[in-house]
Amino acid sequence: MKMSKVVAIGASPKRKEDLRFVTGRGNYVADIKRPGMVFGAFLRSPHAHALLGAIDATAARAMPGVVAIYTGEDLKADNVGGLPVGWGIHGKDGNPMKEPPHPPIAHGKVRHVGDAVAFVVAQSVEQARSALEAIEVQYEVLPAVVGVVEALQAGAPTVHDEIPDNLCCDWELGDAAAVEAAFTAAAHVASIELVNNRLIGNPMEPRAAIGEYDFATGQHTLWTTSQFPHVVRFLMGEFVLHIPQHKLRVVAPDVGGGFGVKQFHYAEEAVVTWAAAKLGLPVKWVCERSEGFISDAHGRDHFTEAELALDESGKFLGLRVRTLANMGGYLSTFGPNIPTNLYAPLLSGVYRMPAIHCSVNVVFTNTVPVDAYRGAGRPEATFVLERLVDVAAIEMGIDKRAIRRRNMIPTEAYPYQTPVIVEYDSGDPLGCLDRAEKLADVEGFEQRRLESARRGRYRGLGLSTYVEACGLAPSRLAGSLGARGGLYESATVRVHPTGAVTVLIGTHNHGQGHETTFAQIVSDRLGVPFEDIDIVCGDTAKVQFGMGTYGSRSLVVGGAALSKAADKVILKGRKIAAHQLEADLGDIVFHAGEFSVAGTDRKKKFTEIAGAAYVPFDYPLETLEPGLEEQSFYDPVNFTYPGGAHFAEVEIDPDTGTVTLERYTAVDDVGTIINPMIVEGQLQGGIAQGVGQALFEHGVYDESSGQLLSGSFMDYCMPRADNFPSIVVAPHSTTCTHTPMGVKGCGECGTIGSPAAVINAVVDALQPLGITHVDMPATPNRIWNIIRNSRAALAAE
Amino acid sequence: MEINLAINKHPISVSVDPATLLVELLREQLSFTGTHVGCDTSQCGACLVHFNGESVKSCTMLAVSADGGSVMTVEGLSVAGRANLHPMQQAFHENHGLQCGFCTPGMLMSAVDLVGRNPDPTETEVRGWLEGNLCRCTGYHNIVKSVIAGAAAMRDAK
Ligand code: FES
Ligand code: FES
Repeated sequence: MKMSKVVAIGASPKRKEDLRFVTGRGNYVADIKRPGMVFGAFLRSPHAHALLGAIDATAARAMPGVVAIYTGEDLKADNVGGLPVGWGIHGKDGNPMKEPPHPPIAHGKVRHVGDAVAFVVAQSVEQARSALEAIEVQYEVLPAVVGVVEALQAGAPTVHDEIPDNLCCDWELGDAAAVEAAFTAAAHVASIELVNNRLIGNPMEPRAAIGEYDFATGQHTLWTTSQFPHVVRFLMGEFVLHIPQHKLRVVAPDVGGGFGVKQFHYAEEAVVTWAAAKLGLPVKWVCERSEGFISDAHGRDHFTEAELALDESGKFLGLRVRTLANMGGYLSTFGPNIPTNLYAPLLSGVYRMPAIHCSVNVVFTNTVPVDAYRGAGRPEATFVLERLVDVAAIEMGIDKRAIRRRNMIPTEAYPYQTPVIVEYDSGDPLGCLDRAEKLADVEGFEQRRLESARRGRYRGLGLSTYVEACGLAPSRLAGSLGARGGLYESATVRVHPTGAVTVLIGTHNHGQGHETTFAQIVSDRLGVPFEDIDIVCGDTAKVQFGMGTYGSRSLVVGGAALSKAADKVILKGRKIAAHQLEADLGDIVFHAGEFSVAGTDRKKKFTEIAGAAYVPFDYPLETLEPGLEEQSFYDPVNFTYPGGAHFAEVEIDPDTGTVTLERYTAVDDVGTIINPMIVEGQLQGGIAQGVGQALFEHGVYDESSGQLLSGSFMDYCMPRADNFPSIVVAPHSTTCTHTPMGVKGCGECGTIGSPAAVINAVVDALQPLGITHVDMPATPNRIWNIIRNSRAALAAE
Repeated sequence: MEINLAINKHPISVSVDPATLLVELLREQLSFTGTHVGCDTSQCGACLVHFNGESVKSCTMLAVSADGGSVMTVEGLSVAGRANLHPMQQAFHENHGLQCGFCTPGMLMSAVDLVGRNPDPTETEVRGWLEGNLCRCTGYHNIVKSVIAGAAAMRDAK
């Protein structure tokens, strides 16, 4: 038998969750079978924009196995509500954003390819899908608009009739007058125009949902691929289906990756739950990948113009940014919050930037709704700033690292108040850059560049620094920015009579290794063997409440709640020990799993106290309740601000336009590290997604028809194993000053730093050709054309 | 129609619709849910199993064409229990070669097939071989490390 032992914070035990996954015993929603289960399929609009006429399902209803067919009118008639939005932002005129209804199944009009039109339930998936083809829908096709620039033009098609200009919100942040003054005083102004490409998150597990209703108890159950089951219970129960919270159980079992895509309340969740109650049968829907492409919320999709004002020495004076952000056809759960509150406040980066102004037009188009995707707003901000810094460096003839160093916030200047809301508590950007520079062997780059040149290749080195705001979220601040609820997290530490522990926590584990990291925290704090601790999440019937997992918040907010709950367990344990050892509470100390009377050898083991808490003979019942279980809610006082410096090195083959990532080095400040192995894994995965954005991935719509052209893995290029070198990641941590363990979070760092590092490397490689910017993704076709055109232009000179 | 095949070395007879895919037979009819479905264009490799000892994407194969053959799924790599993990499973565990676990069964089956053909693959060979298996979580870094470690362990076990 394996020896069970205490595992400390900072160690890298292997993951508790692995065994079920490597043996094929995971329990994903698509794996679940319920007695009497029937299967649903959605009929989705083939048009980007159309008036919805009569829907004739007569023939489909008569097909074998068909149980029921529902349309948007059926839901409406049954008083099913629209999908709610979790954040309400306000425009510069003080007015609230436009918030059009978002029915789970469209009625009246469809607004993007993939908008749901009808739901078929049948005895088998095949029967449901066959019946879809027999439903006749009258569409009156309307002109569609898919791009943000086009959507704002006069005469553009109107996505929502009541919003004739397609403008959800004209939002701003910062001091326009101060920025104006900075630009007037500037010795140099660098400017850039760029696109942040639309991404489709594609967690490897497609979404799925099963609804079930027990008429005998009135209990509804939804199994769903969600990052935040409690929020789904609240939003769906309260606003969409009007089910009391105690009669609605939402379970998110093993979930195969999320990356933001699964942190929204989706129409399909409501429809299966509603249909299951109508039919009295469990109803299962599993998304096909191609269906996911047109129904999972997308990410990014910005058009931006930005200018940086500098003095003659290259010091930053001010930054002006104008962004048009695509929301798609409807507002998704967090949609309007992403390109505003999670974007503009990060524009100071790791630099002293005296004045910033950012205006964002949040725009409706005939595309799939856009919402958070790993990084969410912060990669976009980093990309704008770090591209612009490179442009300025080149134009002013200053070394790219030197210009950054000149402007970085020195570690002793923290806490640092930026001009855009946020105050960074801690950081050491110069230290991160120093370390990254060494690990990336920047010194040897020139040698490598020459060697590539000898082979007729262009080689480039790109640097990006970044800072992000994570640990969503300090509730008061979030509320002032438009959050419609506080963003606490809760954790319960349940100590069993034997001293073993079950933790019930409101975050959700879908790849991040929480079962391991959280167990480490408990093992370290309570001295309980690692093997004796289990982490439970993802079921509203077990865990009281939680906001789930997104925005790198699980360790920062959930881990803090857990740490506080462990403190409470220790306090109660000390009280029990004081009674048992006949000492004053003040004299009882807890250390290494033992309660002792200070300065004596009288002590009780944690297991003894746990036993005494439940089955005591002699207990101070007048002053203390039996049992040893403590819950804590935690609301962070500030965001946390992980940051870092990333170097990418690429080689470009001018004959094919292929960009090869040759080296990648990331040094990140994620605060205290609980499990280095897991942190490294998070960084590597995040970097790969950012590299995917920079080099491969693009959600492309046809401008006239509004069809999604990159609607499958054949057309949407996912990063593959042979696209990467070995990635070097290393920590350079400062301690967060306000979270209980000094943690900052690490889930999104990689995705935030990498797109700018890679594109800066691509532009650096092409500098001999006079290239100053390349839009993402830097595909062979795009690069080949750029090289050809600029060579032609150079030859013509 | 009735087909006979071995699944994880156990012979079975089962009646299938001629249109049923092997992955549907495994998951829906036989509840071997370790084999996953991640796409509808045979691009992701989540459904990868061994058929007569070689890796195949079970979403591209009809169940009836498995008649008379032998299928190995991730459930057959080991009997449940940590002590009995296949060296490749152990290597993924030791090297943090998985995060959400969804791609993992396909990765494992693919890796075991690779090592059967090439007992000592280089990093480049591993990356090239895994080109047909998508992972969204790990950035492939630790998967590659796992496969190389798993290959070494499989050589040692021989
Ligand atoms: S499900 Fe078979 S390759 Fe994707
Ligand atoms: S571990 Fe999640 S897709 Fe590979």
